[in-house]
Amino acid sequence: MKCRKCTEKAVINMRQHKLALCKTHYPQWIIDQTQRFVEKYLMFTPQERVLVAVSGGKDSLSLWDILWQLGYQVDGLYIGLGIDGGIGYSDESQRLSEQFAHDRDLRLNIVDVEGEYGRTVPELAQKTHRGKGKPCSVCGLSKRHIMNQAAVQGGYDVLVTGHNLDDEAAVLFGNALNWITGYMLRQGPVLDARAGMVRKAKPLCRFYEREMAAYALVRGIDYIYDECPHAVGSKTIYYKELLNRLEADRPGAKQSFYLSFLQAKENGLFRTPDPEQVSSQEIGVDGKLLHPCPTCGQPTTTGGECAFCRMVADIR
Amino acid sequence: MVKLILRKEEFEVKAGMTVQHALEKVGLDSHSVLATRQGELLTDDEILHEGDVIKLVPVISGGKL
Repeated sequence: MKCRKCTEKAVINMRQHKLALCKTHYPQWIIDQTQRFVEKYLMFTPQERVLVAVSGGKDSLSLWDILWQLGYQVDGLYIGLGIDGGIGYSDESQRLSEQFAHDRDLRLNIVDVEGEYGRTVPELAQKTHRGKGKPCSVCGLSKRHIMNQAAVQGGYDVLVTGHNLDDEAAVLFGNALNWITGYMLRQGPVLDARAGMVRKAKPLCRFYEREMAAYALVRGIDYIYDECPHAVGSKTIYYKELLNRLEADRPGAKQSFYLSFLQAKENGLFRTPDPEQVSSQEIGVDGKLLHPCPTCGQPTTTGGECAFCRMVADIR
Repeated sequence: MVKLILRKEEFEVKAGMTVQHALEKVGLDSHSVLATRQGELLTDDEILHEGDVIKLVPVISGGKL
């Protein structure tokens, strides 16, 4: 198969775009498309300071690489979760993130959960009995809190994550199965800032997961191949496999599912309970009004401390 | 024969088939793995040759927020 833009051998064929590209034109296409999505969804401007959350995986390191090449003011944030799983998962992902930053002379901020809060994420989960024996919910809660805190304290304008289209389609699929409209209302390429919370953006949300893996390979980015040991058997992976079976029979099905959802949302399919009185930025996923947490200042619907601060208080 | 390697697993398929056919033979699909030969990415229609060692790179991850 030949590259659409030259006569070189193609390294990837994107059936949903009917587009095959070579190892020279493919990374450039990804970079150009990312710039297009950043502008289309008003994610951020060259004048703004961007913080990219990196895990040492293909998506987040590729995102950092792309934004760096586009010339954005972008620093990294690595959160040390203390996950070992018999493979030294967190140690290796931190090493790869540090190596990536060092090779490009980029700034990487590091927050170590055990150093800050006295326990690793798996220990926090065990101690607080959250998450039915798996640390994933505590991990998500901790990462969301720490990412926002680091972005606010560091004076960044926007926090970006490496979520790709498969991630977004899997989340949407899970929420649609149970019609969790609170989450669906807030799902999108950009989540605007509000009191105590920085703007969030997902510049890779239009790329398939295999396209990001291909980008990392073609660019020679050294990333962690191992899956988080706690993600094995997760619902997200199950939904992704189901969607890939659909995609194999109907190229473009995943893309259509996600983009049709964004269009439906744009057309007003999902609304806040009283759009005259309150915007979607002022309510949480449970439909309740947001208030600032008295301890950390981040928005919460509880009326008291947010879930993260309550968890930390529990273990202390 | 052609050797396919995915993490610690190894599969063997006959030479002469395409990447896509080889992946189907071992119960995988091109949305879940990328096929590489000597570090070079292969498209689904690439023919596999006798003695090829194909490293399969997993694509799906589930550990995000």
